[in-house]
Amino acid sequence: MYPFKFHRPATVRQAAGLLGRLEDAKLLAGGHTLLPVMKQRLASPAHLVDLSRIEGLAGIEAKGRSLAVGAMTTHAEVADSGVVRAAIPALADLAGQIGDPAVRHRGTLGGSLANNDPTADYPAACLALDATIVTSKRRIKADDFFQGLFQTALEPDEIIVRVLFPIPKKAAYVKFRNQASRYALVGVFVARRPSEVRVAVTGAGTDGVFRMAAFEQALKARFAPKSLDGLTVPAEGLSSDIHASADYRAHLIGVLARRVVEAANKAV
Amino acid sequence: MKTIDLRFTINGAKERVSIPPHRTLLELLRDDLQLIGTKEGCGHGECGACTVMLDGVTVNSCLVLAAEIDGRSVTTIEGLRSGDKLHPVQQAFIDESGYQCGFCTSGVILSTKALLDANPHPSDDEIRQALAGNFCRCTGYTKIFESVQAAAKGLEGDR
Repeated sequence: MYPFKFHRPATVRQAAGLLGRLEDAKLLAGGHTLLPVMKQRLASPAHLVDLSRIEGLAGIEAKGRSLAVGAMTTHAEVADSGVVRAAIPALADLAGQIGDPAVRHRGTLGGSLANNDPTADYPAACLALDATIVTSKRRIKADDFFQGLFQTALEPDEIIVRVLFPIPKKAAYVKFRNQASRYALVGVFVARRPSEVRVAVTGAGTDGVFRMAAFEQALKARFAPKSLDGLTVPAEGLSSDIHASADYRAHLIGVLARRVVEAANKAV
Repeated sequence: MKTIDLRFTINGAKERVSIPPHRTLLELLRDDLQLIGTKEGCGHGECGACTVMLDGVTVNSCLVLAAEIDGRSVTTIEGLRSGDKLHPVQQAFIDESGYQCGFCTSGVILSTKALLDANPHPSDDEIRQALAGNFCRCTGYTKIFESVQAAAKGLEGDR
């Protein structure tokens, strides 16, 4: 590993202050994206601001009609949480499918969202569940948070504190994963909420996670796989790489959307 | 360079070191503590050769800064045996020939121990899930899988 200056703030306010004041500083959460990227020298920040000593950033709590998950909560904690399992089982399922056990013991919700990898799982959950990302400065709706490939609405000195997930009537997540990396080749999260149905797709878009408006309308009329019959997914704007062509990803979105609706109906 | 003082438990023994902040847990184990049973494979958290237990759960030691283990407890392959007796998981891997070149083996054994500590009677699928982060380029996994099953059985006798 290459040298950097290491900072250990005790509060979110101190951490945000360091981020604002220091030239070329990065936040360290679970380190499972940042440290590999630093080892490859794709990033070489002069300062790391470690979030592990800040109290209150990790934890899970059911609050009325929503579930609050702290930014430093690991994927394993979400996957194994009885509170998450009772409130939004699809979210526990999703977290349990990220990477492998060792990855899940370190990787965090906040780290995943701030990175906004186009093949990450959590962005699909946030977008489909209409989550609110609570930061050191404000509350950001998921619809406004994800802004493109590795791009978010976060300002340079803004830190994710927790995420509020409204509890849906039904939800499920299905992913077709890359066999080697276990990232989503395509992943689809569906949530049936009191007033709407939301369908979010990860792994497929060149601009990262996105919603499928046509599917949402069809499913709002009737929440069944059959409602998607006759709807096709255009390959435009989808990624093409060594793992899959845009056409194949478009096809997978349709297949997985049907499966995920079926899974959501079965889950209740 | 400014160093960080750490106090932690390694394989049951208390340890204190002073390290530069960019030291990874893997570097601390191998280079500072001479615990070279833990291997560096990819260095990017993909292969699992560097798997150790941190407070009872598996982590990729190549992707954990040593600074993060302050006040915590680390178990490596060197910490499994008691006296001259190998840990039942180690013995099962020998008895079942669950290794070939051995490079991935300490990581695989730590993942197996973490699994069996938490879940003494894992299903076949639970075994596969628990080892999903450990790559082996020799065995084709069948012998590894059988070793885990044998270890679970062996530990049953110990209980």
